[in-house]
Amino acid sequence: MRVALFVTCVNDTLFPGTGRATVRLLERLGCRVEFPEAQTCCGQMHFNTGYRDDALPLARRVGEVFAGYDAVVMPSGSCAAMVREWYPTLGVEPPSGVYELAEFLVDVLKVEDVGAYFPHTVTYHPTCHSLRSLRLGERPYKLLSAVRGLTLKPLGGSDECCGFGGTFSLKNPAVSAAMGTDKVRNVLDTGAEVLCAADNSCLMHIGGTMRRERAGVRVMHLAQILASTEENPA
Amino acid sequence: MSPTFVGMPPFPKAAARAVDNAQLRHNLHKATHTIRDKRAAVVSEQPDWAALRAAGAGLKTRVLRHLDDYLEQLERAVERAGGHVHWAADGAEANRIVLDLVRATGETEVVKVKSMATQEIGLNEALAEQGITAYETDLAELIVQLGDDRPSHILVPAIHRNRAEIREIFQRAMASWGRPAPDGLTDEPRALAEAARLHLRERFLSAKVGISGANFAVAETGTLVVLESEGNGRMCLTLPETLISVVGIEKLVPTWQDLEVFMQLLPRSSTGERMNPYTSMWTGAAEGQDFHLVLLDNGRTNVLADEVGRQALRCIRCSACLNACPVYERAGGHAYGSVYPGPIGAILTPQLRGFSSELDESLPYASTLCGACYDVCPVAINIPEVLLHLRAEVAASGAHKGEKLAMGAARRVLSSPGLLAAGQRTAGRFRKLTPRRLPGPLAAWTDTRDIPAPPTQSFRDWWASREEK
Repeated sequence: MRVALFVTCVNDTLFPGTGRATVRLLERLGCRVEFPEAQTCCGQMHFNTGYRDDALPLARRVGEVFAGYDAVVMPSGSCAAMVREWYPTLGVEPPSGVYELAEFLVDVLKVEDVGAYFPHTVTYHPTCHSLRSLRLGERPYKLLSAVRGLTLKPLGGSDECCGFGGTFSLKNPAVSAAMGTDKVRNVLDTGAEVLCAADNSCLMHIGGTMRRERAGVRVMHLAQILASTEENPA
Repeated sequence: MSPTFVGMPPFPKAAARAVDNAQLRHNLHKATHTIRDKRAAVVSEQPDWAALRAAGAGLKTRVLRHLDDYLEQLERAVERAGGHVHWAADGAEANRIVLDLVRATGETEVVKVKSMATQEIGLNEALAEQGITAYETDLAELIVQLGDDRPSHILVPAIHRNRAEIREIFQRAMASWGRPAPDGLTDEPRALAEAARLHLRERFLSAKVGISGANFAVAETGTLVVLESEGNGRMCLTLPETLISVVGIEKLVPTWQDLEVFMQLLPRSSTGERMNPYTSMWTGAAEGQDFHLVLLDNGRTNVLADEVGRQALRCIRCSACLNACPVYERAGGHAYGSVYPGPIGAILTPQLRGFSSELDESLPYASTLCGACYDVCPVAINIPEVLLHLRAEVAASGAHKGEKLAMGAARRVLSSPGLLAAGQRTAGRFRKLTPRRLPGPLAAWTDTRDIPAPPTQSFRDWWASREEK
């Protein structure tokens, strides 16, 4: 299967480990992964802040760069939602076969046990776009539950937004921070060592709050946990 | 505190103040989560909820598409049943009509049923200017009125008050509005309710004029419908000799039978009850009563003209979106600067008022776009879609010049893989110099959060080096 990786600009620039983990995971599962180097950004920040004229050329670029693949895999719930749900309102046809990583694994490759090993206590934050736009539902939990050595702790108030919201975090910093600290309190209540999610931008907000507060909990993208093996641990 | 919202600061400023108030955050968290859980329980027991929701949305959409026909049908039905119908293009005209009607009775006091429309147009203040006192009779509205306060929730206007504060308000203010609070009043809910009952009872028995809104108006029959919990509304609707109802033109439903859909959707979504305790329905003038219906536009036809924004007119004011909203839960209702707070307020207020202030321009951004509001909306208003639509209007108006420049610069870098790669390499090279505090508007991030240091190698450079091997 010819799979294009749309790594997203945030992962490309700030969290390349998530991109590398996605490649390792997909290749381990037998996919031929390509990275079209003309890719940049889905345009979500521009679109969500109201700058549709700026988002439009970025969306068109995505449509052109990712045409003709069997699948386009994105390790980001909100970017996948942007492409699938909102491109039509810009008058741009989304490329066919766009999947968020967990969707691709469970729905297309039909795997829940990806052969991962991660001997740590983990709690999972489902993130809003994964939860309410993509309706990922049980998929990430099934994937995590099948990881050897992993103990999954339920997160209280998991369906509540962490307060990132893109430029919301800058325009409404007080409310954003209040939501973030409430989320951190829920994470700490689980006693988990690692907070996992399918969106690094949310994790940047929650993780940045936890680092500032010396909370002692690591944040990791779902791809990194699923890519981890005994021979090649994350 | 003042009873009007004029001159409020933009949302982020007011919200920051609310976030600092621990008591308020506790009250809001407890109240919204309690109603949220009740709603979830009674919605999940309804097997056809999705179908009901679709029917509610469909009926309201039909009403809006043929609004002119349905309004005239309503007018004919009400007049046939002995009522008088008045048309008000804006709040000032509606207030003038009501004022003239009250004056014609010779009365200087009116009792009110809880009504969003009359709050929207500032009716109480307009009447007060002309020497007419309007008494709020809904318990929560009474608390707000006695406290010289503003409502902060559509369904629970005094949600920001706890019972200790309510006791203080009753003790301080009841005497100047009528029967004083009983001696030794405690903050037990039963004692507070009894104090309110005694205070209001006098009012009901002496009032000659009642003023209400309506939850629904049936075009086919001319019937108005009010749903409530306390029975105080029933008193105001039935006891006075003159009844004046101020109703937004979007409150219509086509037929009597259509009510069955909304009578299921509304109580479950608002109070989390299968059925509300009191439902009053009246058609035209009851025997011995003079009835006037004031149909209010006040910006609604402008909203109707907007293809994306018009879905906000489907709203049945249940406030499920407020209770589900994580931003409302922290910011409280006052920060929205309108009688319509929360997610629905963020899309309705700027459309009704037309971006008349910095506050209005800040409202579409008072959301993380988390989508919880859309999920619970009983008439499927896609609030995130309208927020995005309104943000585009604000951005296009050039209200945020620095932001526009920054967005344009980001777009230029992101339109070129070469420029993006160059930027990534520069950031990686100087990663040790990543500041703890970012400059300008970005400082809002580093005030409470660390920023990640850029990696030594971007993903695209890693990929390129891997391909070379």
